[in-house]
Amino acid sequence: MSAREAILGRLKAAPARPGPPLPSWTPPTYPDKTARFRQMAEASHAEIHDVTAADWPARLATILGNRGVRSLMVAPGTARGDALMRAAADGVPLPPLVAYDRAVEELKDALVHQVDAGLTGTLGGIAETGTLILWPTAQEPRLLSLLPPLHIAVLEEDTLHDTLAAAVRDGGWAAGMPTNALLISGPSKTSDIEQTLAYGVHGPKELIILLVKKEGE
Amino acid sequence: MHAKGGVADGGHHPEHGPRFAERAPDALNNPQLRRNFRRAMDGLMAKRAAQFPDPAYWAELRERGAAVKARALSKLPELLERLESNLTANGVQVHWAETTDEANAIVLDILQRAGARTVIKGKSMVSEEMHLNAHLERHGIEAVESDLGEYIIQLAGETPSHIVMPCIHKNKDEISDLFAEKIPGLGRTGDVDELTAAARRVLRDRFASADAGISGVNFAVAETGTLVLIENEGNGRLSTTLPPLHIAVTGIEKVVETLDDVVPLLALLPRSATGQPITTYVNMISGPRKPGEKDGPTAVHLVLLDAGRSRVYQDVELADTLRCIRCAACMNHCPVYTRVGGHTYNAIYPGPIGKILTPQLQGLDAAGDQPHASTLCNACAEVCPVKIPIPDLLVRLRREAVRPTEETATHLPVVKDGGAERSRMESLVWAGWRLVYTRPLLYRMVTRALAWGGNWVPASAPLMRDWTRARAKPRFKPRTLHDLARERGYLNEVPK
Repeated sequence: MSAREAILGRLKAAPARPGPPLPSWTPPTYPDKTARFRQMAEASHAEIHDVTAADWPARLATILGNRGVRSLMVAPGTARGDALMRAAADGVPLPPLVAYDRAVEELKDALVHQVDAGLTGTLGGIAETGTLILWPTAQEPRLLSLLPPLHIAVLEEDTLHDTLAAAVRDGGWAAGMPTNALLISGPSKTSDIEQTLAYGVHGPKELIILLVKKEGE
Repeated sequence: MHAKGGVADGGHHPEHGPRFAERAPDALNNPQLRRNFRRAMDGLMAKRAAQFPDPAYWAELRERGAAVKARALSKLPELLERLESNLTANGVQVHWAETTDEANAIVLDILQRAGARTVIKGKSMVSEEMHLNAHLERHGIEAVESDLGEYIIQLAGETPSHIVMPCIHKNKDEISDLFAEKIPGLGRTGDVDELTAAARRVLRDRFASADAGISGVNFAVAETGTLVLIENEGNGRLSTTLPPLHIAVTGIEKVVETLDDVVPLLALLPRSATGQPITTYVNMISGPRKPGEKDGPTAVHLVLLDAGRSRVYQDVELADTLRCIRCAACMNHCPVYTRVGGHTYNAIYPGPIGKILTPQLQGLDAAGDQPHASTLCNACAEVCPVKIPIPDLLVRLRREAVRPTEETATHLPVVKDGGAERSRMESLVWAGWRLVYTRPLLYRMVTRALAWGGNWVPASAPLMRDWTRARAKPRFKPRTLHDLARERGYLNEVPK
C-alpha cells in the first residue's frame, strides 16, 4: 500500500466529526481608504509620493536623482515599463534603464548584484494593512520586486480595497490564481536579533510607492 | 506526585536524552538566558495585545479562524484529495510521506534526480521535524538556512528555541561573537544593521548559486491548489523563486478549503505571532514557471507529511491539536516557557503547543513528562487564535500517560505508549488518598495525626524529599482546617 493510500485510509476510517457552522465575521471598512493606506504603509516603513498619471516619470526621476540611484530595472511590455522608456527617450533625466526582457538565468548577475532599483505596477492596494497587491506576469517577472535594493511600485488610488477579504472577493481570485500572487507590506525586514528591526535583510531595503491620484484631484 | 518526572525516581530515559525536569535547573540558573527570554516575551506580548484593541472584534475573528480550521479538519481526507488534484492540474508534483524518514527520502530523491548539490532553505518547522539538513548532508548535499534566525543557529550548530523566532535565546553580543568567528573578513560589531548586512552578503551568493530551494507552507488551499507562505525577510520568496527547483514540505493538517478561508487566518497569524497586522510578504504559489514567464522555478514539488498526525486525528478531542497555525502566541505567554526557554523541552515544538503535540507525535514513552511541565494557568488557551483548549488536552494526556483510553468498538487507544508514566509508588499514594478521603472518621484521624506530629517528619523522608529538594518544607498548623471551620460554625454547610 502506498503512503498516500495508507494516510487517506486512516483519515477516512476515523470517527466522523461534523464541521461547525462558519460564524459571521465582518471585515472592517474605512471611510477614507487612502488615509488608512497611507498611515499603515508608512508605519511599515514604505515611502509614499502622491503623483499624477502625467507627471510620475518626471517625479520619479527627481526622487531617484536625489538618492543617487545609478540603474533602474523595468519590465518592457507593461504600461509602466513602457511609459518610463518613452519618458527616458523624451529626455526625462532618469537613471540608465535596464530591461528585464529575458529569462532570469541570463540576467542573474545584473539582478543579484548590480541593479540599484526595480519598478513594478500593482494590481491594487489594501487599506487595512497598507499592503500592495502584485500579480507578476510574463512581462513583469517576480524577482523585479525582490532582488534590487530599492523597489518602486506604482499604485492607482482607485484600486484601493478596504481589506484583503474585499480584494479576493471583488477580484474573483478563486476563479483563477496566477503562478504567483503577492502581498507586499513595506520593505524586507527582520527582528531576529534582539527584536531590533533591521531593513533589507534579503529583499529591498526601501519601498517607494508612487500613489497615482484619481483624475480631477 | 509525578515521581517519574523527577530525578528521585530515575526519570532519565537514555534513548530520549534527559527529560524536562532534569534540564530545567540549568536554564533556571542561567541569568543571561532568562534575561534574553524575559525581554523577548515581554515585547511580543505587548505587541500582540496592541493588535487586538477591541475584544469584540478579536472574539469574532478568532471564532471564524477556529471554525475555518475545524471545518477543514472535519473533511480532511476529501480536502487533501482536492488539494492534490488541483495542485497536479497546476503542474505541482505532490508526494505523500507516512514518516519523516520517507519524507527525507522523497526530498533526497527529487534533489538527486535534478543533480542538485546545494540547497537554500526558507524557514520550515516541518523540515526541522524531519532533521532534513542532516539527512541531506549525509548524502553530500549542502543545505543552507536563509532566515536570519535559522542562519544564526545553523552557524552555531544549535536547534531553534522558538518556532517563530528561532534564535531568541541569543543576544546581540553572542551573535556578534559568532559572526566574527564564522564569517571571513567580519570583525566584532554590536550594530544590528551591520550584522544583518553581513548575513545578506553571504546569503545572496548562496541564493544565486543554489540548485534548489526548500520551504515550508503556512496554508495549502484545496480550492485553487495554492501554497501560501508568509515571511518578513524575503528569503522565503527568494528560496521559492530564484533556484530552478522548489520543494515545499508541510504537514497534512495545513490544508484549508477555500481562498476565503485564508483571509481570517492571515488576519490572526502575524498579529498573534509578532504583533504585526500582516507580514512584509504573503507569497501565494500556484505552480511552476509557465512558458513565457521569465523567472520562478521550472519544477515545484509538495511533500505532504503525516508523521503521527493521522493518528492524532483518530481522537476527536485530541484532533483539536491539528488546528494549530504555529503562531507561537502560546509559548510567548507561557510562564513556564518564559522561564526555561525552548531548549529545555528537548523537542522540535517547545512550549504549550509542543507539550500537547510532542507526546502525541512521538509517544508518551518519549515525551510523557511534557504535559506535566505546566501550571494549567490557561494563558495559552486565552491567546490561541484558533481556540485550541491546550490545558484540557494537557490534562487528557496526563491521564493517558497513567491510564490509557481502553480500546472499544468505536474507540482506539490513540496515544502511543499510553500508560508509560504509570508508577507503582504514585498508584499507591493515590490509593491511600482515596482510602482516607472517602472515610470521614479516618480522614479526621489522619489530619489530626499530621497536625500533631507532621512537623517531626524530616525533610529527607521518602516522598517528602522529592518536594523539599527545591522547596521549603511545609509547616503543619496545630489545628486542622475542618476543626477551625467547625469552631466557627460552618457545620456541614453545602455551597449554594
